[in-house]
Amino acid sequence: MLKFVIKRLFWMIPSLFAVSFLAFVLIQLPPGDFVTTYIATLASSNEVVDQNTAAQLRERFGLDQPMLVQYLKWIWGIVTRGDFGLSFEWQQPVSGLIWERMALTLVLALASLIATWALALPIGVYSAVKKYSIGDYAFTAFTFFGLSIPSFLLALVLMYVAAVEFGQDVGGLFSSQYETAPWSIGKMYDLLTHLWLPVAILAVSSTASLIRVMRANMLDELPKPYVTTARAKGLSEFRLLVKYPLRIALNPFISTIAWLLPNLISGSVVVAIVLNLPTAAPLLLQSLMAQDMYLAGAFVLLICALTLIGSLISDILLALVDPRIRLE
Amino acid sequence: MVDVSIATLRPDRAAVASQWQLIWWAFKRHRLAMAALFVTLAMYIVALVPGFFAINDPIAQNARATFHPPQAVHFFDTSDGFDFGLYYHPMRLTRDPNTLAAIFIEDTSKKVPIQLFGRGFSYSVLGLFETDIHLIASTDKTRPLFLFGADRLGRDVYSRVVQGAQVSLSIGLVGVFLSLFLGIVLGGISGYYGGRIDFVMQRVIDFVLSLPTIPIWLALAAALPQGWPATLQYMMITIILSFTGWAQLARVVRGRFLSLRTEEFVAAARLDGVSEGRIIFRHMLPSFSSHIIASMTLAVPAMILAETSLSFLGLGLQPPTISWGVLLREAQNIRSIATAPWLFLPGLAVVIAVMALNLFGDGLRDAADPYNK
Repeated sequence: MLKFVIKRLFWMIPSLFAVSFLAFVLIQLPPGDFVTTYIATLASSNEVVDQNTAAQLRERFGLDQPMLVQYLKWIWGIVTRGDFGLSFEWQQPVSGLIWERMALTLVLALASLIATWALALPIGVYSAVKKYSIGDYAFTAFTFFGLSIPSFLLALVLMYVAAVEFGQDVGGLFSSQYETAPWSIGKMYDLLTHLWLPVAILAVSSTASLIRVMRANMLDELPKPYVTTARAKGLSEFRLLVKYPLRIALNPFISTIAWLLPNLISGSVVVAIVLNLPTAAPLLLQSLMAQDMYLAGAFVLLICALTLIGSLISDILLALVDPRIRLE
Repeated sequence: MVDVSIATLRPDRAAVASQWQLIWWAFKRHRLAMAALFVTLAMYIVALVPGFFAINDPIAQNARATFHPPQAVHFFDTSDGFDFGLYYHPMRLTRDPNTLAAIFIEDTSKKVPIQLFGRGFSYSVLGLFETDIHLIASTDKTRPLFLFGADRLGRDVYSRVVQGAQVSLSIGLVGVFLSLFLGIVLGGISGYYGGRIDFVMQRVIDFVLSLPTIPIWLALAAALPQGWPATLQYMMITIILSFTGWAQLARVVRGRFLSLRTEEFVAAARLDGVSEGRIIFRHMLPSFSSHIIASMTLAVPAMILAETSLSFLGLGLQPPTISWGVLLREAQNIRSIATAPWLFLPGLAVVIAVMALNLFGDGLRDAADPYNK
């Protein structure tokens, strides 16, 4: 077991480097750099920047060096000092801007993950046990609907219903009085009252696929002889389900965390932008538009790292519950 | 989902039927999937010649029709007795005396007949020839029909949805073919050779699959210059979407290759001295092409959703191009959808298209293995 975990942890290192390099290449891709954008912004307000000033600016931000050097400097700063560079647009260190937003992103992703599980597990089991019942068909219809509706559209429709029917603004994660307030019990409670909407939206689209996985797994297990044996022993139907087939059907369920988390985070980006949540996504979009490369790069890197860690956790969990995997 | 196999139903015909024949028989029994197939076909036909199905010019602006509400088409004329006939009531524009906000009132005293295969704006069919014949056309050009209402510039939402189908539905197909090409090449190499190459390729696939797609797409799409022509933009967005889409297909291809590699007929072909390329393309590919097609069909709706999300966020296709995502940008702020909820209708098109493709792909996947029932 320990060997498996160490091996898996070892694999994280090249993956994380690949992700960091990918993030850096991505933010380097746009033609021109921040200085070009900056000059263009100034030019639109009739301020002219001469070549010397531009060159000085580039030198100050280290934009005149070759890409690989810039990358190594960047990654070295992150690894040794937790320094993600300077946000050009905000004129302050990136690390001061991202952590609270990343924390809220993580909270949103975890809450959605838990909601997805809590919904998909009982529904999947129910659909399998009561195969071809009205309930099963209703849930199947729901899953196809959930798969088909883009999450941002669902967010928009719910916003519309809330605004037009109930006269409520459902955007954001905090009420206005808590927005800048320090963390307290009141703020936590306020967060919970706002969190349910994005969580529900994300859960609708992700439970869909998970219900189908759960249903198929259960259907594979239910006709097996050990289930009949257990029933013949006189176990109650519920106890029987929970004790045997459910535990085996859960296996592939755990491995789905690996792809569920990237999906959830992807979906949360769009939903967060629509609902204007103070998570990483709106700032990521803004920084991409403004070519604020270090800020955008930090977000891309951290979001990708988050999903990599998710797949690591899912692999380890899987090895914990399934001895076949760790002995391989 | 009937568990009776095809072979027991038609033993004489099943014995000699080709694999595709068997798949088709299995597929036909899946009623929901058949319905989805028809919806899908209908939508792709619309996407082929959107101009024919449009009513008004999708790019024409109309200052007098800002946020014009949707109009109902009447099939029966009951004003004096009973009569068949297509018509609609034109709407009169009045202003609220206090706020000066536009109010549209249906003028039930007037009727504008609708003509089937009538003449309207001229459009080109697949760039081959120009025509101005439409499936339905209003007979009064000054009071056009807005089936799905109009947007803030007075453009007809229905015609725009129809026009948008072309880009949105084709981007899914093109993107999937691009992903498939990458998937077959990389997954095929990985599964066919196995060993060290397979190990490295597996790590790469795992890596790509564990990345959250939207942030990566956003970063890639942000790199596209704004001023590019529409076709180039279209190609680039497709490439961006395939950039992460190939991994899923590569995984399917690899799995199939791995399981087929040990089959007797492959070993037999190899012992016969058949070249590697011929073994792959002549012997192995046909035996799993049905699975590939099913996975492809399921990948198309994901691509459509991705394009819609990207364009909606403003980093995908840009406004002169009409796609469903671009149209949904109009519904982005709460104020415009509060005044014009019909701006959601492009979203309905997305939901129907994606649902039909999902159901179709699902049925195809079930049918793809006719021997396994």
